[in-house]
Amino acid sequence: MFFSHAQVLIVALPLLAVPICALLPGRKLPAAWASLVAWLVLGLSVWLLDEVGAAGELRYSLGSWAPPWGIEYRLDRLSALVQLLLALIASVVFPYAARSLNDDVEEHRAAPVYAALLLLFTGLMGIVATGDAFNVFVFLEISSLSGYALVALGRRRRALVAAFRYLVMGTVGATFFLIGLGLLYALTGTLNMDDLAARIPAVSSTPTARTALLLIVLGLGLKAAIFPLHQWLPEAYAESPPAVAAFMAATATKVALYVLARFLFGVFGIWQLVTVPGLEVGLQVLAAAAMIYGSLMALRENHVGRVLALSSIAQVGYILLGLSLFSVAGVAAGVMHLFNHALMKGTLFMALGAMIYRVGDGRLSRLEGLGHVMPWTVGTFMVGAFSLIGVPLTAGFVSKWYLVLAAIDLGAWWLLAAMLIASILSVMYLWRIVEVLYLRPTSLPRREEAPAALLVPTTVLALANLAVGVHGAPLATLALGAADALLGVGR
Amino acid sequence: MTLTDWLMLMLAIPLLGALGVLATGRYPKLRESVTLATGLALFVTVINVALAGGSGRWVLAEPLPGLQLALSPEPLGVLFALIASGLWIVTSVYAFGYMRAKHEAHQTRFYACFAIAIGATMGVAMAANLLTLFVFYEILTLSTYPLVAHHGDDKARAGARTYLRILLGTSIGLLLPAIVWTHQLAGSGEFRLGGILQGRADGLTATLLLGLFVLGVGKAAVMPVHRWLPAAMVAPTPVSALLHAVAVVKAGVFILVKLSLYVFGLDFLSSGAAAVPWLYLAGFTVVAASLVALRQQNLKRLLAYSTIGQLSYVVMAALMATPTASLAAGLHIAAHAAAKITLFFVAGAIYVASGKTELGQLDGIGRRMPVSMAAFALAALSMIGLPPTAGFVSKWMLLQAAVSSGQGFVLAVLVVSTALNAAYFLPIVHRAFFRVEGASHGREHGEAPWPMVMALGLTATLTLLLTVFANDLLHLLEPVMESGGAG
Repeated sequence: MFFSHAQVLIVALPLLAVPICALLPGRKLPAAWASLVAWLVLGLSVWLLDEVGAAGELRYSLGSWAPPWGIEYRLDRLSALVQLLLALIASVVFPYAARSLNDDVEEHRAAPVYAALLLLFTGLMGIVATGDAFNVFVFLEISSLSGYALVALGRRRRALVAAFRYLVMGTVGATFFLIGLGLLYALTGTLNMDDLAARIPAVSSTPTARTALLLIVLGLGLKAAIFPLHQWLPEAYAESPPAVAAFMAATATKVALYVLARFLFGVFGIWQLVTVPGLEVGLQVLAAAAMIYGSLMALRENHVGRVLALSSIAQVGYILLGLSLFSVAGVAAGVMHLFNHALMKGTLFMALGAMIYRVGDGRLSRLEGLGHVMPWTVGTFMVGAFSLIGVPLTAGFVSKWYLVLAAIDLGAWWLLAAMLIASILSVMYLWRIVEVLYLRPTSLPRREEAPAALLVPTTVLALANLAVGVHGAPLATLALGAADALLGVGR
Repeated sequence: MTLTDWLMLMLAIPLLGALGVLATGRYPKLRESVTLATGLALFVTVINVALAGGSGRWVLAEPLPGLQLALSPEPLGVLFALIASGLWIVTSVYAFGYMRAKHEAHQTRFYACFAIAIGATMGVAMAANLLTLFVFYEILTLSTYPLVAHHGDDKARAGARTYLRILLGTSIGLLLPAIVWTHQLAGSGEFRLGGILQGRADGLTATLLLGLFVLGVGKAAVMPVHRWLPAAMVAPTPVSALLHAVAVVKAGVFILVKLSLYVFGLDFLSSGAAAVPWLYLAGFTVVAASLVALRQQNLKRLLAYSTIGQLSYVVMAALMATPTASLAAGLHIAAHAAAKITLFFVAGAIYVASGKTELGQLDGIGRRMPVSMAAFALAALSMIGLPPTAGFVSKWMLLQAAVSSGQGFVLAVLVVSTALNAAYFLPIVHRAFFRVEGASHGREHGEAPWPMVMALGLTATLTLLLTVFANDLLHLLEPVMESGGAG
């Protein structure tokens, strides 16, 4: 009985948890509550992944109103995978935040902050769970608005500016998305994504449909920080509290890319996309530009948080590269990288946050020699760094391998060259950090790790990186199944 | 103990050794015993792998379906592992003497990285496929970086940065694409005698792919990716001796020989023209490096350039792709290792005993350090290729291979470079023994500390012994030639 509503519960649970959280007293109770909810959702997502693996697709009509008029929750392999990812990240970051946010948030504000985190989580889960396009918009805005508030919590005044910029650009993006949706509704009369997919082929060559596509891509591109619409990201990630940065870096852009994939392949469908002149090449060019731009800019930064943020822009490029290949192998590789990037960026930001907890801020000059006094913490950072570079036995290698093979399959040599250049650049900007961490003397007196409350979640995520790296077959199979299902819809 | 057990031990022992060094860091004598014990245990393990014979495979991990990290012994790799692990013991003894005499700091880090580097070398030697090879190749680069940067001063850091930049740049920029491309062409990266590219790569593809490998394996120091070698001379001499005369550079040329046998295949390489431009490049490297060596005044830099030249002998042999050439390559890997390590040992001994580093300072030093300089002379003879040293045997085989496959260019290179080698080595020997010490010769000194002298004496003797055991070595390598191909 309980489980037959699992598809909705996975969104309803965190949603209902939000007001309860806001009312809880003190600091520990809201944090514990948020972590508990995250773990419950993780359990649900694992169960749902299993169910979808067997059934292929799960549908749930809210309030038993039948689609396409009623809102339908539709879970396929891709959504289940992304849901699992979101829940995993939340399960790790919320306990981490419980300790990490102590410095950034006063006691009387703790409850609303954790409520905001839960709201962000709800929004993200909702986006992935739903099968209705307008529902996507609603949850997108829920997650974005809570995101803006959370970014503003950063210690410096610049956090407010960063949050405001994020708000403006995010709202512009959401507006584009909404207008695009509106145009689609006007053309087809439906908002259910399956129904849209069925009706769009008939109208796809109209200027209205093309405009809708463009607006949706633009809007989601802003949300996903695809170059050159990435301006909000570096400041937002660098200025927000480490726990928030970790959570958002691992989830927000990923979900936006998920929506992009869903709309491109699931709603419009591959056969319509290839008729749009310049779309495929355009996306590939943007992907390559993002990879190289992000990596180049990261090389120039002296604040590790900004290095990681700019690196995220490059990694979004990698994911987009996979998607823009418009092949099952490419989309699968993109999905794999979506998953793995969340793992590696989450680890990196959490490890950085642990270091910041000890030394105050994330500037390179403050981190000198930390490798000697915080070996375990810096060790987890190294795992994340290796994964980012793509060293075998880490998650990053698995997805990069598939990306390379997918590109070779299609003979996209210039994309391969771009990936190579970006990889070399990533070695360079990460090496700068490693050199500072290990090869400089430290001014700190004695060896003292970050507190266990920070270290344990970080280690768990770092181990997840290694687990996927050592045994990448399950993820590869899941991603290939997801890509297959997604691209098959367009027929 | 099965073969797989021994293979596992080949990696486990150096790793445990490194941990042991870190644990006993505060007790120098204990730490050095751990290093020595690890070296002996590893050597015994490698011997067992060699004796076990047959084939076997130990799978470390399977990151992706169909893509494994695995170790599997084959004759060339076993030879390389024997040389590296055997010479490691000698180098450890030498290092004890050197590091103590110079009161070096960070010795724990030194011995720990040393152990990891040897472990990585074992991984390279026993790799069963391209991916495994690549992983251990990179671990080798990363674990030797702290060794090169050991002194920690600006010069050391700059040299180490060059080292890292060139080796990582070539491996990620050239070698990795080559590996991926091979995977895409052949469907897998597994090593198979006779190659896996037969019929799957045409002329231009093969030439480009081979080029990516030749330049991507930066450790083979083919010009123009050779600059890391002289840059790495800022390292303490035990590092230069083992790693840059034996483990690191040998890993580079070993990989190229292995590629010619197990990825491209001798038939494939010798029948097409894919190897031709790279053969010329290697030949150019030999001569150019010898010319540069001629102009060096710093002993270690001279040895560095000499190494670059000698390495390209092996590269040429690998690219000639005939069974005789491959045998010659294997033998030269052994001969050069023994001789070069001796030369570096002596250079370090001179530095420790007298503080001298430049050729001009070495007048008459043979009087004060007769054993060391005698060893130097013997090793120099091996480098030039004169009997009764092992270098003579391997060079002779190289000449034979060149003649029998009609490679006039290789023949010319060999002749010219032999003359050049003599031109820069013999004057040193002459200076040492037949010149009188100048008035400003510095302090009174004798030989270096006994561990160092013992080490260099051992390796010099090895240079002689290898001549005697050359046939046995060739027997070891023969199975590789069985299905190797024509010529």
